[in-house]
Amino acid sequence: MTPPTDRFDVIVIGGGHAGTEAAAAAARFGARTALVTHKLATIGEMSCNPAIGGLGKGHLVREVDALDGVMGRAADRGGIQFRMLNRSKGPAVRGPRTQADRGLYRAAVQAILGEYDNLTLIEDGVEDLIIDNARVAGVIGQSGRVWRAGAVVVTTGTFLKGLIHIGEKRIPAGRVGEAPAIGLSDRLYRLGLRMGRLKTGTPARLRASSIDWSGIEMQAADAEPIPFSFLNDRIDVPQIACGITWTSAEVHAVIGDNLHRSAVYSGAIAGRGPRYCPSIEDKVKRFADRDKHQVFLEPEGLPGSENGDTIYPNGISTSLPEEVQEAFIRKIAGLEKVEIKRFGYAIEYDYVDPRELSPDLAVKRLPGLFLAGQINGTTGYEEAAGQGLVAGLNAARFAAGNDPYILDRSRAYIGVMIDDLVTRGVSEPYRMFTSRAEYRLTLRADNADQRLTEEGVAAGVVGRHRRQMFHVKRSSIAAARDRLKALTLTPNEARGHGIMINLDGKRRTAFDMLAYNGVDFARLRGLWPELGDVTPQVAEQMEIEAAYAGYLDRQEADIVAFRKDEDMRLPADLDYSVIGGLSNEARDKLSTVRPATLGQAARIEGMTPGAITAVLGHLRRGARKADKVGEKAAQG
Amino acid sequence: MVRGLADTIIALASGAGRAGIAVIRVSGSRSEDVLRRLTGPAGVSRETLPPRRATVRALKDAGDGFIDEAIVLWMPGPASYTGEDSVELHVHGGPAVVDAVLQAALATGFCRIAEPGEFTRRAFESGRMDLTQAEAIGDLIDAETEGQRRQAGRLYQGEAARVFEAWRGLLLTAMAALEASIDFPDETDIPGEIDRTALGPIAALVDELEAALGDAGRLSAVREGFRIAILGPPNAGKSSLMNRLAGREAAIVSPIAGTTRDVVEVRLVLAGFPVWVADTAGLREASDAIEAEGVRRALTRAEEADLRIWVRDGSDVSRETSGGAGLGSARPGDIAVFNKADLLAAAPARPESDDVFVVSAKTGAGFERLEQRLIQLVRERLDGDEAPLVTRARHRELVQEALAAIKRALEGARRAVGAELVAEDLRLAARALGRITGAIDAEDLLDRIFSQFCVGK
Repeated sequence: MTPPTDRFDVIVIGGGHAGTEAAAAAARFGARTALVTHKLATIGEMSCNPAIGGLGKGHLVREVDALDGVMGRAADRGGIQFRMLNRSKGPAVRGPRTQADRGLYRAAVQAILGEYDNLTLIEDGVEDLIIDNARVAGVIGQSGRVWRAGAVVVTTGTFLKGLIHIGEKRIPAGRVGEAPAIGLSDRLYRLGLRMGRLKTGTPARLRASSIDWSGIEMQAADAEPIPFSFLNDRIDVPQIACGITWTSAEVHAVIGDNLHRSAVYSGAIAGRGPRYCPSIEDKVKRFADRDKHQVFLEPEGLPGSENGDTIYPNGISTSLPEEVQEAFIRKIAGLEKVEIKRFGYAIEYDYVDPRELSPDLAVKRLPGLFLAGQINGTTGYEEAAGQGLVAGLNAARFAAGNDPYILDRSRAYIGVMIDDLVTRGVSEPYRMFTSRAEYRLTLRADNADQRLTEEGVAAGVVGRHRRQMFHVKRSSIAAARDRLKALTLTPNEARGHGIMINLDGKRRTAFDMLAYNGVDFARLRGLWPELGDVTPQVAEQMEIEAAYAGYLDRQEADIVAFRKDEDMRLPADLDYSVIGGLSNEARDKLSTVRPATLGQAARIEGMTPGAITAVLGHLRRGARKADKVGEKAAQG
Repeated sequence: MVRGLADTIIALASGAGRAGIAVIRVSGSRSEDVLRRLTGPAGVSRETLPPRRATVRALKDAGDGFIDEAIVLWMPGPASYTGEDSVELHVHGGPAVVDAVLQAALATGFCRIAEPGEFTRRAFESGRMDLTQAEAIGDLIDAETEGQRRQAGRLYQGEAARVFEAWRGLLLTAMAALEASIDFPDETDIPGEIDRTALGPIAALVDELEAALGDAGRLSAVREGFRIAILGPPNAGKSSLMNRLAGREAAIVSPIAGTTRDVVEVRLVLAGFPVWVADTAGLREASDAIEAEGVRRALTRAEEADLRIWVRDGSDVSRETSGGAGLGSARPGDIAVFNKADLLAAAPARPESDDVFVVSAKTGAGFERLEQRLIQLVRERLDGDEAPLVTRARHRELVQEALAAIKRALEGARRAVGAELVAEDLRLAARALGRITGAIDAEDLLDRIFSQFCVGK
């Protein structure tokens, strides 16, 4: 019997944050796209903490949004506690974040996916890939159905040989209650891809109504929530507060007495966990001098909703046995009588060494296969979404015979992340931080659309509505900038308005004035009432540009130097064994990563300047030879 | 030429000309093949030619003709100078022998003649040394005086690199505190505002960088030579003074005022350091264009010199103050010499002191004391116990870049600008220092953050 078949341009496996962005991006490009997942109802599920954004992560969401992705729009519809982190610090390091109602968020994602006419959602597990002529040609479902496609994106998260640890108990699983994908992971192993093992953890979930909130400090949402999406100018979802409580010496004593029963410390777990998101047992052991740690009590939904009675206690992820979890949690202030809805656990899973990927997130040794999200060793919804978008777009471009679309480090946090992954691999679950981005002052959350939307249009991933809105905003920013640079005043005039600047007789522009301490756009409006029609968003852009002016110029010079090395492309088939002078270590690393550019080669961990000089010398000699051949050919 | 087949290089490593022994060096993947061809069927194997042991072998040409008997050293990579497979051939040091060996090696088709500096470049490329060490090798080879050798030797041992790395380490530690306050603001043990204690060590770094840059003049004088300019009015005997110091007739001497038109230089070694002594045109209102140019050059040389010797005709009191008015002026630390003491009837009018000398370039009177003083001055200014750091223009520019960025960071912190701006300047500073020896890395930073703070909610 011939199984039923169907044909697509792109098939995306997995319905998490990477999978939804990949499917949506491929669909926006115009590809006939299918998203295959175990359970359609869990598309857009937040399986860990109920929040979107944060420091560095908020940048990723804004970039996904600037490229017309799903996450920002969904977060605006599901966000119940918008807060701008680092509000007191400079604009480059502010991080938009919101708690989300898990039900609202999931519904928003599913609604947005429903808007794509060329996207088909299929409920099935994936048993295997179809490979024809050494390239991926489709997938086979657990139901036995076969779908053929020009490219396949795998976004299976922690499903690859997932193993849950709760104390001494071990349960093979992806997320709790879902079966792991063994068949697909065997296929990836058979491809000979280098793989590794990582772990991550989650805390118990608590019943909100069993918590004594009377003594708990509350943290409110921002009075004026700022939306994630550049398409939205306000948030309509009601905003709630989160609680903050603390562990104590007593809590630590319970944990300390039971450390040997934690899966992490009993030696049962082989995978590496993240240093920035340690389990509570890690914190107690590694920072023994601390007598308390902060615990955020984050509601998973609006009061009265499906998840309204569930609290995510952020800061106490654990793999201790259930009775120990209950014992230590009940020693925390306010949680003395708490009811635990679900216990915390640690999960180990396989990931593919992302150095197997090129910067378009394609698997180098199997054309047509793309990977995104946790399977590449990252953690976090936002990291997954950023990769999903890039992988989905490039899968669609590949299926259509287009060149890959690559974001480099100087253009986006997404570019920083992918470059880190494919160049250096991972040794712990990879999370975005603002300190990873060397061009941090340029790559801001506030200007993600100005950085990316236009090139997203060119790459074919930005729809018409967003393009039109962006063009309006861009011209009003340009117009405001021109006006501010045309308006001038003398030092005496400035002093007349109470702005003390050197009496050097030099006229200064309104734009220059913005860089002075205490001069904001409102102040300029006092000087030049005609600036009254500039919108708050545009005014903010002007303030930021002016405040960072000197720094941005220096950074621009830095970026020009960076691009010089990025423009030096290394042939994909470069034979590093013939480059004399390279140490064996350098040769091995270069052969493993196969960097796309000289700049990427220099960023490989442990690469010496000498080795880069050798590669550069080799390229130059090659170029001279090619020139000579060309000359001869021309003469002949 | 693409490396690969022709990636093996050969060159005479010892000096050219006749010598007892000449050393020919081969490096690259075909070194072993070159050696096998030259030594014939006995070949290279663990038994017959153990690595890193001096072994006597006859070298033969393609026609099996005997060239020379040599000591052969077989050094498989990576434990060789270049990091590659290498061979040294110690042959009898006649030009014809060396030439015959090179020709026979090239005839194998396995190697080519090395470009200048290529062996050291390969050592750098294979990670056997960092950039400052590779530069120091060049200095070591060029060293002619004891002072130069000592300085290059300390650089080669990586002293400078260690100091640069220590500075960069201080910057990274301060950056870790800033970055933690930016990326983990909710964490309770991380200070929220720019932590002044974090920037304290950075303020001290400013002094160190400035001291190093101040020392740069001394160190480049060791490398390039200490410069002494002899200045003064025409016919004071400046050229005679230089010739006497040089111990030879380097400059033309005549009783005609204005004989020296251009700058004439001689090289001496004083206290183990190279010293350039420049004789210049007499300083006066020039009477023609050529003399005017000579005076201009003299003044330029005076400006650049590490030490100026002002010469007067000590026998002519009337001319002591004439000439030279407005044409260059003495600075603290300069030396005044009253020449032509042999023409003085009576005792010198000027009392001698540490900076004032009465000499006769003609008879040599007073020169011993003058030379002792010059040796003392050169030693005072060039001898230093501190690690040599900024010996080259490349280092100086990068240290200056780092210093400027650090000062901006401190100024920013003082004005309470955002932590991200202070961090940006520290990043630029660390990157500049990193470029002297290697590279900077964001992962370094995160390692420090995670080791210093308990983060993660």
